[in-house]
Amino acid sequence: METLFKRLSAFSATIILLILTSIFVVLFIYAKPAIKEYGIKFLVDPRWGVVVENQVSSTQIQSSMDTSINSDTSINDDEDIPMDVDIPTDSDIPTDSDLVGQDNDIPTDNDFLAQTNTPTKAKVIYGGLIPIVGTILSTLIAMFFAVPIAMGIAIFLSEIAPPFVAKPVGIAIELLAAIPSIIYGMWGLFYFGPFVAKIFGGSSVSLLVAGLVLGIMIIPFMASLTRDSMNTTPNVLKESAYAMGATKFEVIKDVIFPYAKKGIIGSMILALGRALGETMAVAFVIGGVFNLPKKLTDPTVSIPVVLANNFAESSGMSLSALFYLALILFVISFIVISFAKFYFLRDKK
Amino acid sequence: MRLFINKVVLILSTLAAILGLVFLFWILITFTIKGLSSINLYIFTHDLVDNGLRNLLIGQFVLAFIAVLIGVPIGMIAGIYLQEYSFGSKYADIIRNLSDVMMSAPSIVIGTFVYAIIVNPIGHMSGWAGAIALGIMMIPIVVRTTDDMLGLVPKELREAGVAIGAPKYKVIFDIILKAAKVGIMTGLLLAFARIVGETAPLLFTSGNSEFFTLDLNKEFPSLTVAIYNLATMPDKHLVDIAWAGAFILTFFVLIINLLGRYIVKEKK
Repeated sequence: METLFKRLSAFSATIILLILTSIFVVLFIYAKPAIKEYGIKFLVDPRWGVVVENQVSSTQIQSSMDTSINSDTSINDDEDIPMDVDIPTDSDIPTDSDLVGQDNDIPTDNDFLAQTNTPTKAKVIYGGLIPIVGTILSTLIAMFFAVPIAMGIAIFLSEIAPPFVAKPVGIAIELLAAIPSIIYGMWGLFYFGPFVAKIFGGSSVSLLVAGLVLGIMIIPFMASLTRDSMNTTPNVLKESAYAMGATKFEVIKDVIFPYAKKGIIGSMILALGRALGETMAVAFVIGGVFNLPKKLTDPTVSIPVVLANNFAESSGMSLSALFYLALILFVISFIVISFAKFYFLRDKK
Repeated sequence: MRLFINKVVLILSTLAAILGLVFLFWILITFTIKGLSSINLYIFTHDLVDNGLRNLLIGQFVLAFIAVLIGVPIGMIAGIYLQEYSFGSKYADIIRNLSDVMMSAPSIVIGTFVYAIIVNPIGHMSGWAGAIALGIMMIPIVVRTTDDMLGLVPKELREAGVAIGAPKYKVIFDIILKAAKVGIMTGLLLAFARIVGETAPLLFTSGNSEFFTLDLNKEFPSLTVAIYNLATMPDKHLVDIAWAGAFILTFFVLIINLLGRYIVKEKK
């Protein structure tokens, strides 16, 4: 009985390891066709669901392809056809490895066009650049917006506010961190989006709105973690600084920040990880169109939103491309979170 | 000058705090007003097909409940292993950290994973797939809670148990778990509150259904997925239903959280 239970418990612990590795493996297996097909240049290809073919009866094929792929593709085609023309946009990104891939890329495309002159053959290109850019930009906006406010709240709660204010406000902040993200998304769609559009112009669904809603969503999370790590500063340190005649700001800047630095940065990275993988708060307000944003108020799309909108009706190569995106997202957030955990938030056990 | 800078910074951070709080209360107030105005008895007694919420509320609850049945035993036993059987080994450390990483993994990725291993082979979405996705999300939270709470149990209790000759599993179940009961219960409550509001892992695992069903082999009604679908509809009446659903969800999650806090306070 004793050994049985011991085995069982060890097994349960191993399940976690199993799940995590199998997530990785399964995503990789499903993404394999897309990885094989597009390789690393998937990351810099702005075309999604674009039909590449060169026949006289192109419109006919295109329309038949559209119905067979999925409903979103037909919408995206209008957006993407101009991009199809200026393929060299890719070379805007001048990292050397990309350029190497680029050199190989254009001739193969031409080869392909030259070879397949049969009207029945057409190829659909899936590239991940737009969702990847959308994810990164919306997260950056969120961080720029959330970090100062969350820091302000944390400083206010731990240093400025008297206890009878700090306590209820602190609890309120923690409760807000528990609200499901779909709620933030819905609020963003109906109230915040139009509000932002009124101030900055543009549409009420855009990259900017998505970033700001994300920011508002992670503020409570970030603020309560930051406050907790600021509160770990021993009172003796603070008191001795005050005794030297330091002002409150100097105490915060020179005593609390250095002491709680790792915890504060760690909590920010954790919030960043949360923003990266957030689906519902963004899905409502980012627009969901494959469109490389030229200004902040343009609608675009992010990886989780692509997954949420297109997954159920995809199959074959498009499904594989979606798994490729999911894998990319998983790897990015895995790296971000482990970095935060291992480097900044190491437990003192 | 120093005093001036001090004042400026303090005012700025207070303003930041007020700004943040304004946004957050703006959200809460909107939801209360919108939700209360569209809540009525009708939506509790009719299914989505008749513009009600009954099947969705029950469906969401069933999904979350099954997720608890999956996630809690695995998570708790794994937590017990980490605290009681691992003796601080390297392996336990790795598991502990991985579980923390998994806790913050994007929920939609877990949805795609479950889609790949369950929905795709079977060929259609099902309630089981949704419940399993939520269960997977729950495991690391439960591991963390159990691990932390067992760590707070004083060593003397363990030694006392072993000293009277009880086998270790008995010590764990009869002494240590009893001592940590309140903390673990609170943690489970909060974990439940967290997964009950999840949408992303359900989108393509459980799907959604307009009808009342308890058959977990078919597409299963889910409140959060329905809110997502309804809120983007042009029909104002459907949007109102989404508001009502969102309000009920928020209210429910906040109540559970407050309950969790209350239990902790009672203990102290």
